[in-house]
Amino acid sequence: MIFRAEVFVTLKPVVNDPQGSTIRSGLRSIGFDTVRDVRCGKYLVLTIEDADEGAARARVDEMAREILANPVIEDYRFELEPVASPASAGERRA
Amino acid sequence: MRTGIVVFPGTWSDRDCAHAVGDVLEQPYRFVDHRERRLEDIDLVVLPGGFSYGDYLRCGAIARFAPVMEAVAAFADRGGLVLGICNGFQVLQEARLLPGALLRNASCEFRCEWVNLRVEQGDTPFTRDCRPGQVLRIPISHGEGNFYADPPTLEALEAGGQVVFRYCTAEGRISEVANPNGSLANIAGIVNKRGNVLGMMPHPERACEEMLGGRDGLFLFRSAMRALQVVAA
Repeated sequence: MIFRAEVFVTLKPVVNDPQGSTIRSGLRSIGFDTVRDVRCGKYLVLTIEDADEGAARARVDEMAREILANPVIEDYRFELEPVASPASAGERRA
Repeated sequence: MRTGIVVFPGTWSDRDCAHAVGDVLEQPYRFVDHRERRLEDIDLVVLPGGFSYGDYLRCGAIARFAPVMEAVAAFADRGGLVLGICNGFQVLQEARLLPGALLRNASCEFRCEWVNLRVEQGDTPFTRDCRPGQVLRIPISHGEGNFYADPPTLEALEAGGQVVFRYCTAEGRISEVANPNGSLANIAGIVNKRGNVLGMMPHPERACEEMLGGRDGLFLFRSAMRALQVVAA
């Protein structure tokens, strides 16, 4: 089965985020003065082929822990959903 | 002192390290490809600066998984001397051979300039030629050198005497003005508990000749030479 995982990596709340602060200043300087805080992170989209959703979830979690996020400074979360394979899409059309 | 200079795709300071070790100090060296798995012929491993794997994802995040890093970890485990400079420091942290992480500079700017470093520990294999409190003038060149560790880790580093260099004024005063990147406690370089793995953001290999602006970087390489000769004797 094919799955699509969206992984969100963000700096831990206690870690300073100079990029976020700079973006905040930029927003406020052009008049968006309602902005209190900006945190800047990474967004990754993974396409995965695995036996079932449980296996796919376990693998994405492992990838996030091992490499996609650095646990010293970052947190992560992800969303995963099955993607219709081209074959099943064809069946549906037929 | 047989030096192995590790080259990842995107490493840029390997030739500078070779010049310092080979031409200035007249020591044997070889470049170690990132796919190599053996370091038996090496006394000192240098992980030079640069942008390994384009710094994609995070600085050092991909390099950590290069085959050579397993050999570097085993080499460090045997007590071998490992010096990680700039991107090499980031790689050592990603590989968990050193604690903490290096965040984007507080200014969000790439900083390329000469800085002053106060030697906090004169008894590591990399600083034994220095007096504690001595001020070294060595250049930095990085966008992500903002040292971070959580409070318990930072406390353990300080208590264990693992902070080797701090950014300071020319007179050796630790101040915010002297801090080029926002590093916690002005930390510029640390060692592991055992003291044989050093990571630092400044580039000692670029401060080995008067012609280049100073020779203070030689203190590190000469210290390592002395440490290794003591071991060999």
